[in-house]
Amino acid sequence: MSLAQVLFYAMAFIAIASAMYVAATKNLVRGIFMFFVTLFALAGLYVLALADFVAVTQIVIYVGGILVLILFAFMLSGKETLNSLGEQKGKLVNSGKIPGLILSTLFFVVMVAMILKMNADKLGWIQQSVANGNVMQPTDNGINNIGINLMTSYLLPFEAISILLMMALIGAAHIARKGPEA
Amino acid sequence: MISLNDFLIVGAALFCIGLYMLLTKRNAIQLLIGIELMLNAAILNLVAFGKYDKINNGGQIFALFAIVLAAATTAVALAIILTVYRKYKTIDPGRINSLKD
Repeated sequence: MSLAQVLFYAMAFIAIASAMYVAATKNLVRGIFMFFVTLFALAGLYVLALADFVAVTQIVIYVGGILVLILFAFMLSGKETLNSLGEQKGKLVNSGKIPGLILSTLFFVVMVAMILKMNADKLGWIQQSVANGNVMQPTDNGINNIGINLMTSYLLPFEAISILLMMALIGAAHIARKGPEA
Repeated sequence: MISLNDFLIVGAALFCIGLYMLLTKRNAIQLLIGIELMLNAAILNLVAFGKYDKINNGGQIFALFAIVLAAATTAVALAIILTVYRKYKTIDPGRINSLKD
């Protein structure tokens, strides 16, 4: 077992375990901070998939932006936020959660069965790209290529997403403003 | 060499944890975290397949777009949560059951 595989299984374990903690905890703030750990472990998984630029973007945008935004929303919505959490305390698995648990477990079983049946490493286009040498190697420097592709073949989606981001931010500021009746 | 199946199974597990949060939580912020988990599972799949596309970088670039989309989604969703909290004094989606009037 190579070092990369050991790191992969460690990161995967951390990501899944902390995500389960986020799902199971009753303390919202602790859950949000555990979500940090999930995101960092996922960034590590991206590095192991040889996508270092995506990993750095993940850390900058998710950890630096989205989580701070979630913490802000938590603080601004005040004490009532915690009341709906307090109601669900009690047994580890209370009856209201059983349907969700069953549904998500069965969905997981179906997805894993599909993945094992598909056996992604033997897919046609994967084998073809391995044969053509179109696979990233750990020694490659892929960031230059990402920049060139972003400004040539993916220029239209890039511009579209920048306009969408601007619209979303203006819309968010418009929704969150204090209206005359508020 | 890490097999592609391993990445897909980790992605499936994260997706199902997000689905569980989405189905059982009664706090809009926790629902949002569940959605973020599901988005991250999708991004992990994009990145894992993107390894086999060295020339066009399709997987990685659309993973970047998905991260930006997640940021936009979160900003709008949190603004909506704040507005809903101001009006209803709760963010339990089960108790927000009336329209404007």
